[in-house]
Amino acid sequence: MSNKKQQVSRRQFLNYTLTGVGGFMAAGMLAPMVRFAVDPVLKPQKAGDFIATGTEVSSITNTPTRVDFSYEQVDAWYKSTVSKTAWVYKDEKGDIVALSPICKHLGCIVEWKKEGEHANQYYCPCHGGLYSKNGDNVPGTPPLAPLDQYKTNVKDGVLYLGEIVPNQEVK
Amino acid sequence: MLQKLYDWVDERVDITPLWRDIADHEVPEHVNPAHHFSAFVYCFGGLTFFITVIQVLSGMFLTMYYVPDIENAWKSVKYLQMQVAYGQIVRGMHHWGASLVIVMMFLHTLRVFFQGAYKKPRELNWVVGVLIFFVMLGLGFTGYLLPWDNKAFFATQVGLQIAEQTPLIGTELKTLLAGDPKIIGAQTLTRFFAIHVFFLPAALFGLMGAHFVMIRKQGISGPL
Repeated sequence: MSNKKQQVSRRQFLNYTLTGVGGFMAAGMLAPMVRFAVDPVLKPQKAGDFIATGTEVSSITNTPTRVDFSYEQVDAWYKSTVSKTAWVYKDEKGDIVALSPICKHLGCIVEWKKEGEHANQYYCPCHGGLYSKNGDNVPGTPPLAPLDQYKTNVKDGVLYLGEIVPNQEVK
Repeated sequence: MLQKLYDWVDERVDITPLWRDIADHEVPEHVNPAHHFSAFVYCFGGLTFFITVIQVLSGMFLTMYYVPDIENAWKSVKYLQMQVAYGQIVRGMHHWGASLVIVMMFLHTLRVFFQGAYKKPRELNWVVGVLIFFVMLGLGFTGYLLPWDNKAFFATQVGLQIAEQTPLIGTELKTLLAGDPKIIGAQTLTRFFAIHVFFLPAALFGLMGAHFVMIRKQGISGPL
């Protein structure tokens, strides 16, 4: 023993064991709290459900029409009814397109204009953003991207809308 | 790596004397359970502090989900307990720790009392210790209401009626605590929350600081 080279001194050994045990205890204390705090990040994402809008598919025309719908939202301990809006029309092939009315500039709500200065365009009242019928942003106006669109589904002749995805109509 | 970082800071701001002053001092033999096992009675003060640290940490994390509002308080507690990972553990730590901190503090008080450790020159530290005791009881009282369940509500009703028995200022005192002369409701909950989370902890930190400065200044009392 006395001839061997001492790799670890008594002081070092005690330092390591005490730090180790102390660290283990601190980790045991903190781990549940940290996991508790980061829980929202780790909660599994629910797949976007399709929500019935109550709009008959047969009533949809070539002109964008405002479709309002609502659904029950569960926000942790708070349940509420959330209202959403879509601008819905049938394209040349007869496929249904449902555009989100949220302006891609700063998030105001756009509206389809039937007449007047911006006839047959979506107009944003905040900064004058304009979009054509398929949601394409008109160059020279503030928005830099086309309007997003909802995933659509038809069941029993009624329009169902799903999650919002980037615009696929603009080629 | 760490040593280099430490040296870099120490070279510039000379932090070694700071922490040595706080942490590096010999524990007298009569206080060290390694020498006399009966010296474990000296651990209760430190244990009280240790559990207080757990209470502060778990409390901080609980406020990430808790809402001090009569519509949502109970629902938010139910949510954090049932839906959030480790919610049961974190709330359990705060719940059981609250009782344990009182137990440890009581044992610490008994030790100081029966050893006569409060005598001159340490009378002032006894006074500060008793104030800490009251603050802890206040934390227990105000925290009990926060889940806003039936037990919490009726316990607080009783507690407020006890406060009302105070001579001369009883009615005013109860109104001051409850926020309303008759109702135990929305204002009571927000008040108790504010007291539990801001006012009493602030007082507690100040008093604990004074408690620790004094024990370092005066040293622990000698053997019996």
